[in-house]
Amino acid sequence: MSKTQQDPIYQQIDDVKQAVSEALTHAKKLGATAAEAAMSSTSGLSVSTRMGEVDTIEFNQDGGLGISVYVGNHKGSASTADLSPKALRSVVEKAVDIAKFTSDDPCNGVADKALLEMSPPDLDLYHPWDVSPEEGIEFCLDAEKAALEFDKRIVNSDGASFASHQGLRVYGNSHGLVAGFPRTRHTLSTMVIGQDGEQMQRDSAYTISREKNGLKVAESVGIEAAESTLAKLNSRKIKTMKTPVVFRADIANSLFGHLVSAIGGGALYRKSTFLLDSLHTQIFNSCVSIKERPHLLKGLASSPFDSEGVITQDRDIIHGGELQTYLMASYAARKLGMTATGHAGGIHNWLVQRTHDDLCAVLKTMGTGLLVTELMGQGVNTVTGDYSRGAAGFWVENGQIQYPVSEITIAGNLKDMFKGVQAIGGDIEVRGSVQTGSVLIESMQVAGE
Amino acid sequence: MNNVEQHLLADSQLTREQLEQTLNYIHQHQVDYADLYFQSSYNETWVLEDGIVKDGSYNIERGVGVRALSGEKTGFSYSDAINFDALSKAAMAARSIAQSGESKKVQVFSDIAVKQQFAAVQPITKMADADKVALLREIEAHIRDIAPDAQQVVSSISAVYEEVLIAASDGTFATDIRPLIRLNCSVLLEKNGRRERGGAGGGARLDYGYFKELVDGKPRWLEYAEEAVRMARVNLEAVDAPAGAMPVVLGAGWPGVLLHEAVGHGLEGDFNRKEASAFSGKVGQQVASELCTVVDDGTLADRRGSLNVDDEGTPAAYNVLIEKGILKGYMQDKLNARLMGVAPTGNGRRESYAHLPMPRMTNTYMLPGEDTPADIISSVKKGIFASNFGGGQVDITSGKFVFSASEAYLIENGKITRPIKGATLIGNGPDVMHKVSMVGNDLQLDRGVGVCGKDGQSVPVGVGQPSLKIDEITVGGTA
Repeated sequence: MSKTQQDPIYQQIDDVKQAVSEALTHAKKLGATAAEAAMSSTSGLSVSTRMGEVDTIEFNQDGGLGISVYVGNHKGSASTADLSPKALRSVVEKAVDIAKFTSDDPCNGVADKALLEMSPPDLDLYHPWDVSPEEGIEFCLDAEKAALEFDKRIVNSDGASFASHQGLRVYGNSHGLVAGFPRTRHTLSTMVIGQDGEQMQRDSAYTISREKNGLKVAESVGIEAAESTLAKLNSRKIKTMKTPVVFRADIANSLFGHLVSAIGGGALYRKSTFLLDSLHTQIFNSCVSIKERPHLLKGLASSPFDSEGVITQDRDIIHGGELQTYLMASYAARKLGMTATGHAGGIHNWLVQRTHDDLCAVLKTMGTGLLVTELMGQGVNTVTGDYSRGAAGFWVENGQIQYPVSEITIAGNLKDMFKGVQAIGGDIEVRGSVQTGSVLIESMQVAGE
Repeated sequence: MNNVEQHLLADSQLTREQLEQTLNYIHQHQVDYADLYFQSSYNETWVLEDGIVKDGSYNIERGVGVRALSGEKTGFSYSDAINFDALSKAAMAARSIAQSGESKKVQVFSDIAVKQQFAAVQPITKMADADKVALLREIEAHIRDIAPDAQQVVSSISAVYEEVLIAASDGTFATDIRPLIRLNCSVLLEKNGRRERGGAGGGARLDYGYFKELVDGKPRWLEYAEEAVRMARVNLEAVDAPAGAMPVVLGAGWPGVLLHEAVGHGLEGDFNRKEASAFSGKVGQQVASELCTVVDDGTLADRRGSLNVDDEGTPAAYNVLIEKGILKGYMQDKLNARLMGVAPTGNGRRESYAHLPMPRMTNTYMLPGEDTPADIISSVKKGIFASNFGGGQVDITSGKFVFSASEAYLIENGKITRPIKGATLIGNGPDVMHKVSMVGNDLQLDRGVGVCGKDGQSVPVGVGQPSLKIDEITVGGTA
């Protein structure tokens, strides 16, 4: 693995830092009293196969610069995917122009200087892989083949995809901060179709990592896709009832995603959240604790600073069911008289603490109820906490899976659902920004037959 | 030479001859088809939040995508720089999908004559920035006026001005100008400690003047503002929705998201070519009740989902998907049409030059039937009437789809009684379409707010339908 300062990416970062500095200088010249700019660039390869043949080969090259300028307390923003010097100058001009029409808002401005990360640590996010289209295609073919050959009921494929991307992110503002770092991301996925009688089902599996060696082997991805697809065949509806529900680890992160929306500064100052005035109150059952660890080496959601340059740091989010912090970017923080927490642009590696060994243990604790493995639709209202989504999964009796279930909904209110969490498994899903095991909720309304 | 060709080619020192040369270079490999897609797009948004013009933003995107097709295979590369060097590099990458060798001749360009479904306006420059802000202030003032108890009011307008140029080895040469505007307002009300939001908006392929046009004596923006307040008030009174399978009456217009999810996606050519859809191999079969005739129509004047030409240069069309319940055909782009041995239908769309085209919907709607909306409601003893929806989603393979009601009411003994909270409805596309038992005479299209996502690509779409009754579908309430 090449990871030396000789890698051209470091020269690229220096060039981009230069471009960001120039944009900031240009903004100042045009009358901005403060400014911030971010630039990212990604390049790489995406290939896919279907039914044993090459489907697509894509060469990716994406990038953009976004700038916000402040003329006094007036803000203007502009962005461009065209990175020619002429386009960069023109967006700066446009942003300054826009600031003439926006309001004098004292909450505007770049983040407070004291909060900025002036010397970001290296989080080991960059593991370039000089992979050829042919190699990528091999991974796809292997994954898909393993799935198609797994069982004769796997009758068709939606294909397999492999992508390897490397890129950089640079952020700068008028407090003199200009920082950047490189990062990589490699993924392999496949989706296959199973058929038994009239019913067709599809499911997919994927692996993702910052480094080549972090990917699962292709065959295992294929087998996982085949197994999940087969498990869904001959699914049926169940009766309308109230029942305990387990959210399997790979979809349980969505529950904490709703928490992220509900304790974000934007939702709070707009009073648009069911968790208004909930800081340091019990919002979960006491078995729930969540820690944030932004500096995990090679972490998929690791970042030394947030999208405003504010330092990210280890935090308790939930302790013993109690909310420890809101998630604040500068604007909302000023609106609410609070301090930015390094959450502009999102969260960084939330680790939900386990209470049980694994999924089996969680199902055993539930006894009889519904294991949800798939959710559909966006039926979540963050203002009220009302929750109603399409679902599929398995019916469970005495801790044992009985048969697949589909075409049902699960509904409740997130306030009750959070307080109703009774167990969290050690089957931790690590592929997202929230790392959690399966989550047991005491009771939800199922609608089916 | 028209303006688009001037902006995208001549201003970058590119000529038609160089495009032909690039396509010929790609065709030195064994490819069936190649195309070049030039695009420049400008996008702005203005937001007014509680009297504060919070932020205006402006975005520029510009680039060229190069695609080579060989059998079922696609090679694709793109660049955010438009010049001959970048074009040649992208062409070299794209043609690597196929080996060198004999391939079809590149056809001489012939300009596609386009019937204009909307005018080539520039919405961003047509109205002064100060007037855009003034419009937002007017909206907020009106909302505060009719809802002095509003806790929070947000309104926004946005516009896109896009130019595209498509040159393909089958001789297609097309240019297009695509304006698109949106207005949105939302209000938060509080009553007895309960907070609820209401929102409304609209859009079209026009300039911002559209929002000031009078409809029944009222400017459009004012109607949206009143609608947002009305929605929030209804939500404040809503009781828990019922849970279980029951008859559901869908209102006219935006509830047509039903068609988008239950049948639309399942009738896109790519899924059917791959036999991955619940509707695969069913052309000529009864896939819905005979009351259902569903079309995808890119030719409606000024509509959000309309196109002059699609992103492969195929003119937009009126395509009958289902006629009296019988499946007539799929929506196609050039790749899937060729592989299935049918003609492209004007549904080849892409989010940008940096994305590959695929079959996508335009405006999808159901033709009117004969029942009056009142008769449909009174035919239901116990069920719900859903008049407004949020988004939806479908698994095209199993046919399962959801869509989430954002405004709904109980129907008891043929009468609409109380408002109920939002709930997700779930069904199986082919099943549910067979259960459509009454179709109203009140076809409406949505207000122009739809966005459809597929494979990570978003495109603007429209939906519509008359009021209709589904005899049974699962309603995901809590009561």
